[in-house]
Order: sequence, then C-alpha cells, then structure tokens
Amino acid sequence: MSSRTQSSVQAGRPGFVWAAPAIVFFGVFALLPMFVVVYLSFTSYNAISDPVWIGVKNWKHLAADPLVGNSLRLSAILTVLSWLVQTAIALPLGVYLAGKGRTRSVLAAALFLPLLMSGAAIALLWSTLFDPNFGLASVVGPLIGVANGNFIGNPSLAFYCVLLVIAWQFIPFHTLLYQGATRAIPTSLYEAAMIDGAERFKQFTLITVPQLRDTIITSGVLMIVGSLTYFEIILILTGGGPGTATRILPLHMYITGFRGFDMGYASVLAVLLLAVGTSLSLLITKVTGYRKMASQKEGL
Amino acid sequence: MSSAATGTPEIPAAGHVPARRPADGRRPRRGKAIGPWWKRMNFVGGLGAAVWLVIVGVPLYFLFVPSLRVSADYLAKGPLSPPNNLTVGNYATIMRSEFPRYFVNTIIVTLACVAIVLALALPAAYAIVRSRKKSVSTAFSVILLGLAVPAQAVILPLYLLITKAGLYDTLLAIILPTAAFALPLSIIVLTSSLRDVPAELYEAMNLDGAGATRALFSLVIPLSRSALATVGIFTAMQAWNGFLFPLVLTQSSSVRVLTLGLWDFQGQFGQNVPLLLAAMVLALLPLLVVYLVGRRYLLAGLTAGSGK
Repeated sequence: MSSRTQSSVQAGRPGFVWAAPAIVFFGVFALLPMFVVVYLSFTSYNAISDPVWIGVKNWKHLAADPLVGNSLRLSAILTVLSWLVQTAIALPLGVYLAGKGRTRSVLAAALFLPLLMSGAAIALLWSTLFDPNFGLASVVGPLIGVANGNFIGNPSLAFYCVLLVIAWQFIPFHTLLYQGATRAIPTSLYEAAMIDGAERFKQFTLITVPQLRDTIITSGVLMIVGSLTYFEIILILTGGGPGTATRILPLHMYITGFRGFDMGYASVLAVLLLAVGTSLSLLITKVTGYRKMASQKEGL
Repeated sequence: MSSAATGTPEIPAAGHVPARRPADGRRPRRGKAIGPWWKRMNFVGGLGAAVWLVIVGVPLYFLFVPSLRVSADYLAKGPLSPPNNLTVGNYATIMRSEFPRYFVNTIIVTLACVAIVLALALPAAYAIVRSRKKSVSTAFSVILLGLAVPAQAVILPLYLLITKAGLYDTLLAIILPTAAFALPLSIIVLTSSLRDVPAELYEAMNLDGAGATRALFSLVIPLSRSALATVGIFTAMQAWNGFLFPLVLTQSSSVRVLTLGLWDFQGQFGQNVPLLLAAMVLALLPLLVVYLVGRRYLLAGLTAGSGK
C-alpha cells in the first residue's frame, strides 16, 4: 500500500479537493440534519411557520406520552422476533443454496426475486393477499381458525402479519449474504472433516456455522439496526393499527410529525431513534468484536 | 484486515464460482468420493428450500397471474379460481392512467442519483486511497459515521431544509437526499476496490509525469469498472424503490414516483385488485429485465458493502 520510494510524497496524488464535493454533499443532507433535528426537538414547529424555541417542553412531553413506551416495546419485540425468524431461515437456506447444481441455481434465481421489489410494492401485494373479502386471507382464514379472514384488522394478529411480511421482504437478502459467505469457506475444511468421518449435520454445526461467524454478526447488525427503520411496510399494510397495535417508533414519529404536524415533538422521537440506532450498532460491534474479525481465517 | 476483508463485493454473486473452473476436465470435482458436503443429495435442505419456495412463490403468483384477470371475474370467483379468459386489458388501462408519468419521473430520479453518486464517490474514494493528507482520512471517518444515520431520524430537518431551499415538491427534493444517503456505502465499496490496485501502477504513472487527473481516467476508472457497476446498481435500486423521501418531500402528482404512485393507485382503484397488480408488475419490469440480463451485478449491487 504505502509508497516510501517517492521523495515528494503528495506529488501526483489527489488531494482533499477530490473528496470535498462528496463530503459537502453528504454533510448537507445527512450530517447537518442530525444536528438540526436535535435543535428542532427544543422548538415548536408545525411545518408552516418557522420553528420557535420552547426549551425542554417537548422532552417533558415524552414522559407523558403513553404511545412512546408502546412503540418502543413493539420495536423491541419486532426486532428480536425478526432476528430470530430471519436468521433461522436465511442461514440454512443460504448454506443450501451455496451448493452447486442446476436445481439450486434455478431455485436461487426464483428465491431472490423479492429482492427486486420495493417495500411499498411488497406491502401493497400483501395487503391484497390479506384482504379479508377478496384476498387469499378469505380462503385461508377459515381453515386456520380466523373465520372472517380478517388478519390485519385484528389487533392481536396484525403484528404477526407485519412480522411475516417483513421476513418475506428481508430473508432473500440475508440468504444471499449467507450464500456468498458459505461459498467462501475453504473446501479443504470439509475434506478434512470427511476424512474424519463427520456426517453432514456435524459438518454444518462444526464447520459451516463457526465459519459463518462474521456473516452472522453482519447480517444480525443489519437486521437489528434495520428493524428500527421498518417503515413503509407497516405504514401501507396497517398504518400502525388497528389502534396502535403495530405503531412502532418510526411510524409514531412520522404520524406525529407529518399527520399531526407536531414536528417539535416528532423531533424528540427522531432523536430517540437516532440514539437507539447508533448505540445499538456501537454496542453490537463492541460486544462481538466485529471490527477485529480478521482472525477467523487464521492458519489457512 | 485480511485480504478476505478487502475482497471485491462480488463474492455473493451467483454463478461466479463455476465460471472460473480450470480447463482440465469439465467438472473436476464431480464423481470424487471426497468433496464438500453439499455435493451430495441433501433431502432436509431440499425440503426446507421447497417450503420456502412456496412461501415466496404464492405471493408472486398472486402478483403476476391475477394482473391478467378481469376485475369482476377476480372478485366474483375468488382469488383461487383458475385463471381463464386472461386479458392484458389491465395493462392497457394502466398505460392510459398517470402511470407513464410516474414511470418517467422515477427514471429521471434514478439516472440523476446514479450520475451524482458516481461523479462524487469515485474521486472521493480515489483520494481516500491515494492521498497522504490527514484531512482526507478524517473525511473518510466522517463518511463511515454517516452509515449509522437512519433516514427516518433526519427526515424532519430534511423537510425543513428542502422547504427553506425552495425545493419542496420537485424531483430535486427526491434526488438530492437519495443520492446523499447512497454515498457512504458507495465510497466504501469503491475504496476497497481501489485498494486492490497495486501501488506500483500508480507510481509508474507518476514517473511518466501523469497527474492525479490522468491517473483517474487511464488507471482508476478502467480498473474499478466492476465496482462502479456495483455502486451504480446499488444506487439505482435505492432510487427506484425509494419511498420515504418522495413521501415526505413531494406532494403533486406531476412529480410523483412509482412507489408512491402505486400506493396512490390502491386508494384510487379501490377493489380493482387486478389493475393495481398490473401497475406493480409494470413497475417491477425494468428491474426484472436487469435481473435476467445481469443477475451477478444486480445481486452484488444489492449486497454492496455487506458482502465482505
């Protein structure tokens, strides 16, 4: 990497000017707003007139808002369940699809199709499936004990509908990650295991899964941090309802800010979202030692 | 970091590995007693994959097939009735609606985002890899920090910013933030690809008296072509499927993009499900074509940055 040979170290090299446009652009639209949102959380702002400084009033309101606790709880449950469900399916599926053969590559091509669809399109597709009158739900519902086929209109079932649709959207992506990572595992490990007489399940648990450690962490971080920002799926599918049954934190923020036009208080919720998101990803990378992960391939 | 960590983001690409087999016999491993475990039949895995295929396939069936049915037929006979009397009438109706305008808007947004991201990310990545200036590495840390910023958390100040700039309800209001949020990952992907270029090549160019600009055009761009494709596809997917920025930063139907337009159609067409499905299929079509032509690049673009 380093070139110690040249006397004029920076000669012929690109300087800061080359990086400046990207930095400025990113700064204006992503970094500056991070600070502005903190400022906005101390103002009263209704989207029409300019923000007015009101001190900590919005933050005091946070304690009095019963929906915050609810939305945080829903976000937490959704995060944990999403992580469990998606990993349990994506990991073995990705390992399976990493194998060679015509069947598997055709299968993979089909299974990755949902990757192409926007969250909005996926939510709309599922909402036609969940339609209690004309959708698949009207046929399937009576068979599994939901006589009226109304899954998303039912406060105790709507949450699981959301969980299912989110899993449907994101499992292909994580499967793809696991597929790629499995292909990178040196075959010599399996050859050694076979000489030792380890059968398939043993190889999976003793070689494949440990070798996928980094991917389990990467994919887990993406799932956990990503689950804080689930938005359009829920907005379109349930609108946060019925009642507040699926009103997770980002949705609570959106509805408060852009439907209720209480953008000051919505900024408090946004700061909360930002804080939870960044501390979660910091915590995960710290605990798992994600940054110093090179040791996995040691001795190969 | 090990060399594995700086590998190109195409690792997950399907079909990549078999394409590189040596010429000594067509499939060297087939028939050997020793091989990776997945070489032999795997009934448990096959069964699991088949179950998942049904879960993925059923909704996709309900996306494509009912879009060809007459609405009255769909509503009267139910979703499971056999699809006879298929028609492309729904597609014709959609093409006469506002859909084409949404389609064009989305294309403009996508192309503009890709252009901005490529134009800004490549020089930045080049500077990060080659510059000796402290300011550049500081800038890189700032960019890395930006990876953790969720768009939802800054959407309120962005609304204020865009309104103040007089950009509210324009295509630029969608383009600028979408491109900005695609930058960090794009720069990271390009940086790790440029790090793989041997320093000797740059030095040789320097000895020839070439400046940074000429090295960019005759060395950096040709050598990072596949990373540029990855970044372009990643950005295009973000832009094509983006929802939050258009939702919050635009309003009129003249600047509406497809994702919002589809949602709008749901309200507009009410129970005419086949019509809505036809619109969704049309919105998906360009991506489907890209998927069929260049699945490798598309999948690499999707997992840009996380495949390492």
